[in-house]
Amino acid sequence: MLVLVLDTSTPAVTAAVADVTPTGHAVVAELRAVDGRAHGELMAPEIDEVLRKAGASVRDLRAIVAGTGPGPFTGLRVGLVTAASMGQALGIPAHGVCSLDAIGGVPGQVTLVATDARRREVYWALYDQAGARVEGPHVDLPEAAVERAAGATVAVGDGAMKYADRLGLEVRDEPRYPRVDAFVRLAAERVRAGAPSEPLTPLYLRRPDAVAAGGHKPVLR
Amino acid sequence: MTDEPLVLGIETSCDETGVGIVRGTTLLADALASSVDLHARFGGVVPEVASRAHLEAMVPTMQRALDEAGVTLADVDAIAVTSGPGLAGALLVGVAAAKGYAVAAEKPVYGVNHLAAHVAVDTLEHGPLPEPAIALLVSGGHSSLLLVDDLAGGVTPLGSTIDDAAGEAFDKVARLLGMPFPGGPPIDRAARDGQATIAFPRGLTAAKDQAAHRFDFSFSGLKTAVARWVEARERAGEPVPVNDVAASFQDAVCDVLTAKAIDACRQHGVDTLVIGGGVAANSRLRALAEERAAKVGITVRVPRPKLCTDNGAMVAALGSHLVAAGVRPSRLDLPADSAMPLTLVSV
Ligand SMILES: Nc1ncnc2c1ncn2[C@@H]1O[C@H](COP(=O)(O)OP(=O)(O)O)[C@@H](O)[C@H]1O
Ligand SMILES: [Mg+2]
Repeated sequence: MLVLVLDTSTPAVTAAVADVTPTGHAVVAELRAVDGRAHGELMAPEIDEVLRKAGASVRDLRAIVAGTGPGPFTGLRVGLVTAASMGQALGIPAHGVCSLDAIGGVPGQVTLVATDARRREVYWALYDQAGARVEGPHVDLPEAAVERAAGATVAVGDGAMKYADRLGLEVRDEPRYPRVDAFVRLAAERVRAGAPSEPLTPLYLRRPDAVAAGGHKPVLR
Repeated sequence: MTDEPLVLGIETSCDETGVGIVRGTTLLADALASSVDLHARFGGVVPEVASRAHLEAMVPTMQRALDEAGVTLADVDAIAVTSGPGLAGALLVGVAAAKGYAVAAEKPVYGVNHLAAHVAVDTLEHGPLPEPAIALLVSGGHSSLLLVDDLAGGVTPLGSTIDDAAGEAFDKVARLLGMPFPGGPPIDRAARDGQATIAFPRGLTAAKDQAAHRFDFSFSGLKTAVARWVEARERAGEPVPVNDVAASFQDAVCDVLTAKAIDACRQHGVDTLVIGGGVAANSRLRALAEERAAKVGITVRVPRPKLCTDNGAMVAALGSHLVAAGVRPSRLDLPADSAMPLTLVSV
């Protein structure tokens, strides 16, 4: 069963086609452009191209798997609204996976996974030696994340790399961004079971900056 | 009839999530979800709140429009979407959704100008627009006079506000008078029970402004004048005649808008004036435009109020016009352009 995987939770704009079989899964084609300011421009052409690379048509797709973040809001919404609209148009289910889980823990180590949340903060979660998420996702200053991520021995993700000198942990270069293979693995059971579409609720973790009226221009344009 | 294009339009430039469906110039569906209540306590639209609401509303609003029209995405000939101008994050939700629908249903997508769509919506009510026409676009974000030579390709801006938009002035004055947001409808209602007895200023109408600002507007001086007048009353411990203030303010706005719109028609030898945007719902603006235009043989076209405020039908109407005119679709890397110029009808 072919599935489309989409993630825009980090500067990496990811589109991939994967095959989910009764017993396993394989990535058929994958594209990734890294540009934190152009998710809206990059997403649709990437989908078009990755389908071509996979030798598939949209009509061959049986499900969509989307990264629900956390991630910077504007970019994150691009992947989620694309997944939701395509799922609706094709009449196929869309499944959400926490994007930090798709970076995942380093096997055998307690791992801090951290991505860049801008504003000098990181989105983070903690994974045990077996790879299960035991804390998070949260958004914090890097130092606060390490303090809360008790027992971590290693850190991964673009947020960990950016603030490597402030974490006091071994930081690995890879995986830096959410991995297609992990998205498929984490959604495979739902895909096989033909589970219904879920609302793709973004993990914003922050409240909107609501610029209250008074002194400000009331209609913000 | 059925060989006319079936076009779907998506609008998310501000706080309304709209999906409209038209066949040719016939409106089949106009589904709308608004986040206006979420912004009310801030006295204006909060961009991130609007963007979040668009994401939540997109799929259900699309479903309502499809059900209302009794069609599926497979039946549609093209998908149009507002690609600008508007709030960047809000626009992006609609643009990405439109591309998702277009890729999945294998349909062409048209990124269109929100302001041109406010003009095009009138074709759903009054049929094809005679060209050239003059368009007066008045909303919470814009106040512009345009010469519409060819709605599919060429719109020439003649003038626009140099400070506040007309709707923004309504919203600010309403707040001053203790009325809810958006301020247009409550001012319109209050004005009906009042008299326009207070002489508020008419921005950029003096002889000295004609050279540089003949077709431009200015409403911030008017807003300040209303604020001063109300403050003076309050300081003197006298009651504020809210209905009269509303009527006088509304008259000042409508006087300037209609006078300049008709001046533009006459200067360009145009006999059709179309009015669009949220403020076109204003009852005084409609009446005054009719009255003044009739005197000089100009026909005024104003769509019904529901089509004047932001909606998906207006985007579908412009999309349908573009398809009929053989305009090429947009590319899949179509960006959201918060400052999309008026000279671009589609990208
Ligand atoms: N009856 C009315 N009289 C005057 N202004 C109105 C009326 N109804 C709505 N408005 C104004 O129209 C504006 C909204 O216009 P609309 O085109 O929907 O949105 P936008 O400003 O986002 O383009 C608001 O500023 C509102 O106060
Ligand atoms: Mg508008």
